[in-house]
Amino acid sequence: MGRLSVNLCGIELDNPVIPASGTFGYGAEFAALYDINVLGTFSFKGTTLAPRYGNPTPRIAEAAGGMLNAVGLQNPGVDAVIAEELPKLRKVFHKPVMANVSGFSTEEYVKVCEKLDACPEIGWLEVNISCPNVHGGGMAFGTDPKAAAEVTKAVKAVTTKPVIMKLSPNVSDITAIARACADAGADALSLINTMLAMRIDLKTRKPVLANTTGGLSGPAVFPVALRMVYQCAKAVQIPIIGLGGVSSAEDVIEMMLAGATAVQIGAQNLTQPFICRDVIARLPAVMDAYGIENLKDIIGGAL
Amino acid sequence: MDQVVLTIKENAPIARDVYRMVLAGDVSAVTAPGQFINIALAGSFLRRPISVCDCTGDALTILYKVVGHGTAQMAQMAPGERLDVLTGLGNGFDLRAAHGRVLLVGGGIGAAPLYWLARELKMRGVDATAILGFNTREDIFYAPEFSALCARVILATADGSCGVKGFVTDAMDGVEYDYFYTCGPEPMLKAVYRASKSDGEFSFEERMGCGFGACMGCTCKTITGWKRICKDGPVLRKGEIAWAD
Repeated sequence: MGRLSVNLCGIELDNPVIPASGTFGYGAEFAALYDINVLGTFSFKGTTLAPRYGNPTPRIAEAAGGMLNAVGLQNPGVDAVIAEELPKLRKVFHKPVMANVSGFSTEEYVKVCEKLDACPEIGWLEVNISCPNVHGGGMAFGTDPKAAAEVTKAVKAVTTKPVIMKLSPNVSDITAIARACADAGADALSLINTMLAMRIDLKTRKPVLANTTGGLSGPAVFPVALRMVYQCAKAVQIPIIGLGGVSSAEDVIEMMLAGATAVQIGAQNLTQPFICRDVIARLPAVMDAYGIENLKDIIGGAL
Repeated sequence: MDQVVLTIKENAPIARDVYRMVLAGDVSAVTAPGQFINIALAGSFLRRPISVCDCTGDALTILYKVVGHGTAQMAQMAPGERLDVLTGLGNGFDLRAAHGRVLLVGGGIGAAPLYWLARELKMRGVDATAILGFNTREDIFYAPEFSALCARVILATADGSCGVKGFVTDAMDGVEYDYFYTCGPEPMLKAVYRASKSDGEFSFEERMGCGFGACMGCTCKTITGWKRICKDGPVLRKGEIAWAD
């Protein structure tokens, strides 16, 4: 175990850096750029029961310090992920991967988790109850403590793998959702998903995104994400994965001081494709600069 | 794909709101005409995807039109400045598909990637005709450059101030060809699709998050499935395109 290692729900990570779901596909594009085994793990693209095309384009808009996306959970469906993506991934990635699961009903979350539970490549199930870009699903579960608890319980009943509930920032009190998930048996939480946002094109006087609204991510949301990680870390005893605008080794350490056991990097993968590799390489020097011997010692250091 | 630092060698206007920028450095990842690069700009989160107009051993040329704050910022840059660039993105045109008489159809700034294609076709001894469409005379660029490479160049302007009055499809009437390549705004591509009498290839544009296939921001539906414009495109074969008529 090195200076960077952390333990996430009983599984040792070489380092706490995890590319966030939706920014890393199923690994293939990045495996062509660098050895993705340097990562702690990565969270694959949000996967639903049936294949989903997602929203019409434009799906992307720019913002100061970040971007909006309204992809709408495009994915090939869980059966194709198991039959095609995981065998490809096995050739290039030799660590447990984090499976991101999305759904439109409790039954759908359960069915997808049941199927993924049987896959030895998968270490954790990250259950996305926070997608702002689809109607009648996703975020509807993550903005109501009762619904969040119901999904948590239902999923926990069908898997032996650690269950991470991914929370939405689009709530007035995120600690109420965090507590509901923890009380329902969640093994960990990840937060935050994107913040509901929009842009208007001055020339057309219409929304830039075909979906009208989308999720804001990137450095602009980092302080909000950090605040929510801090609040949740005070509210629950289970591990937290911090994400939202993380783009440097310093941000990783700041998230961990706020209470994060591991840290995901999202939007930055899209504009700086080598960011996760580079952050991991830079962590020891930044730790030295701040007198940190082992990264796990600083988790919650600011609480 | 590569992430490289390229140095601006040249950056100057060549038509109304249109600039040519020459970038020097390691451009070895750029392998085919029709590919694009994705440029990081200080102060903007998203990169700017721009098609490659030409590429030689140690430099590439882009032509860009000032349409927003990113391209306006680029127009102010001086030789010697360095840019963080993702190179070698997208599939590019399929040169092996060219046969017989080849037609190139470019609309506005969409003519840019056809230039390198024309150069490659000339090297292969292919007989090519280029139709270049613009709104008005002041918008025209690269007409002599295309003339040096193509057997015939036909200009069209919407206002009739130069060449054929009308759209590129008006200029296509009466031209004989066995295969075509086209790039331009989507309404023009649709018109070319309907007017075309042979197989061919279309280069598309879309708002992109990454430019290398990771984010699913630019997916479109085709006859052969969902395709990412940035990774599986930007060039699609006519038979793949899911336009109704």
